[in-house]
Amino acid sequence: MFQNLSDRLQAVFSKLTGRGVLTEADVDAAMREIRMALLEADVNFRTVKEFVARVRERSVGQDVMKSLTPGQMVVKIVLEELTALMGGTESRLVLSGRMPAIVMLVGLQGSGKTTAAAKLARLLQSQGRSPELVACDVYRPAAIDQLEALGAQLSVPVYRGSGTDAVAIAQAGVKDAVARMRDVVIVDTAGRLHVDEEMMAEAAAIRTAIRPDQVLMVVDAMTGQDAVNAADAFAERVDFDGVILTKLDGDARGGAALSIKAVTGRPIKFAGTGEKLDALEPFHPERMAKRILGMGDVVTLVEKAQQVAETADIADLEQRLKAGTFTLDDFLEQLRQVRKMGSLSDILAMVPGAGRLPKDATVDEGALARTEAIIQSMTPKEREKPSIISGSRRERIARGSGQSVYEVNQVLKRFSQMQKMIKQMQAAGGGGKKRRRGMPGLPNPF
Amino acid sequence: MTRPWFRRLGDGLARTRTELRGHLNVLLSRGPDLDARFWEDLEDALLQADMGVTATSEMVDRLRDAAMREALPDARAVLERLGAEIAAEVSVPGDDPFDSGPATVLVVGVNGTGKTTSVGKVAKAAAATGRSVVIGSGDTFRAAAIEQLRVWAERANVPVVERPHGSDPAAVVFDTLTEARSRGADLIIIDTAGRLHTSADLMAELQKVKRIAERESPYPVRVVLVMDATTGQNGLVQAREFDRALGLDGVMLTKLDGTAKGGIVVSVARELAVPIVRIGVGETADDLEPFDSLAFARAIVGPVDT
Repeated sequence: MFQNLSDRLQAVFSKLTGRGVLTEADVDAAMREIRMALLEADVNFRTVKEFVARVRERSVGQDVMKSLTPGQMVVKIVLEELTALMGGTESRLVLSGRMPAIVMLVGLQGSGKTTAAAKLARLLQSQGRSPELVACDVYRPAAIDQLEALGAQLSVPVYRGSGTDAVAIAQAGVKDAVARMRDVVIVDTAGRLHVDEEMMAEAAAIRTAIRPDQVLMVVDAMTGQDAVNAADAFAERVDFDGVILTKLDGDARGGAALSIKAVTGRPIKFAGTGEKLDALEPFHPERMAKRILGMGDVVTLVEKAQQVAETADIADLEQRLKAGTFTLDDFLEQLRQVRKMGSLSDILAMVPGAGRLPKDATVDEGALARTEAIIQSMTPKEREKPSIISGSRRERIARGSGQSVYEVNQVLKRFSQMQKMIKQMQAAGGGGKKRRRGMPGLPNPF
Repeated sequence: MTRPWFRRLGDGLARTRTELRGHLNVLLSRGPDLDARFWEDLEDALLQADMGVTATSEMVDRLRDAAMREALPDARAVLERLGAEIAAEVSVPGDDPFDSGPATVLVVGVNGTGKTTSVGKVAKAAAATGRSVVIGSGDTFRAAAIEQLRVWAERANVPVVERPHGSDPAAVVFDTLTEARSRGADLIIIDTAGRLHTSADLMAELQKVKRIAERESPYPVRVVLVMDATTGQNGLVQAREFDRALGLDGVMLTKLDGTAKGGIVVSVARELAVPIVRIGVGETADDLEPFDSLAFARAIVGPVDT
């Protein structure tokens, strides 16, 4: 359904290869593709119209037409304009110095407010703040229990109040935070439809009563064209400072989010990227623009890799690589590093061009876990020296890991391939002369 | 809070209509001419209803073609045709799994679409018609989902089977069906945890839940997808993936009481041939109604006869 936009544009421009010139008709064909891609990504149709008009204007300009790679130039313009639409640079959460600072969350039903409240508490906690959660959703059955359970997981106090007056609960919650010396209060409110007058008035009343530093609207990344209607109504009735975009871990392109910034001027501040409570990240407009265009997100990928790879380990590994003593234990460590970066499908989503994989190509999330189980079922000696793993040892390992002997063989085969590769790299790195002589043990090609 | 059902349905749809009357006025009020502007505005209206760019282009092309070949005289005639076309696309023949004999129904969907609420509402409606209903609290993941469903079970006055938070949902299904058999229940509704269709593990978990249900249920096992009317183009991918993993027997479209029109179900119904069985039009227990394809089409097109 969502074909990579840059691929599409490439296809449109491919007939120009060698000519290096774009005509207006070519640009128009490209604009049609861009329009399709944006609409498929749920960008608001009015925003799309304005956007396409602006990109077209820039694309038929002199610089592009005369450029050596006009197609690339157009892709670049699209990316720049998309990034600008989403707010240009990262927009941080601004909290005042007052004690406690107050953040209030609003949004439609099912957008993920309660989970977002807990995730935000965890994020602030990790930054050295001491948050308190206030449960003001007095309507949905067990909503307060839900927040309380999440708070308990984080050891963050949750104020639940009593009665059904959400405004009074919010006020009492702030007071409670003062008494407990908490320095930031996160107020979770009930989900409400933007056309529900009574409920919108309630949200506005909570806002007036507690004067939050920041009001954040929680928006589901899968929302369609209606996102703009809802955001408009919330901006007008309650007013909000920014957006938390949730459920970005799926395959939704999240174009609705882009439209909210374009239509209401409120930036996206955070993105929810998983079911676990630490899956809330600051929002980066440029990376999101690439996602909407299906161009991958290498920056995030590299950052994640950096986060998990502890420097000491890497230096150590390098040593062993050089010494040629890369063992199954090292292999296991590598696997664990990869797993720390998140699910394989998440990682894949960030790789440029991954959209070109066959549609039914599924990622086997269990493969890493199974490999890990197999290696863990080996004795330290076996891990050190896989050549001693005989048939009966293989059977024992298979039983121990709950896998077939075939699977065990596969792991050993992959490991020996990896070892070979490392040896080749060693040889290749050994200087020009050595390389010319070819690989040790291989016939000299020259 | 207890208004007659036709009033409530009217209320829910009235808001959708008011919103749509805006488009209609654009489409009808500036004259009956079928000029370039008309077609462009029509396209915008369909896009705004989340019909999606492909379905919209096809629909507009077809109407243009019809307007030419059959000499449709004016904008009103085109809109009438549009209403009929949309109604035809969403009228997929099929039973309502909740209302066609004894059954075990799994209620599935992505996070936050209103599964638990819908289970509560549908259980109450079925119990009110004299059926013996048992519900199973299969969402053992989300904090307090079990408590939420318990409240709904009380409102509906039906038994609910639960296991502690974090239990295997398949075990809940087993317990629920054991309980249902001993009570001689004829409608078993199982709530499940919301999950993104991209999560292979969680989709596999649902397949296991369905396998256990099929093994233990004395009745046919049906699967109903709950979809939020505010969902955009991702809705089609969702439906496709849930259908591929489990085989869908119906779709419930929730939150139609806002300004969202749920146009994505047109693509879902067409591509997957799954009937839309219920719509959620409000927050009270009685705000779940059978799906009416003509009313739905009218909500997207707007009233043409005024």
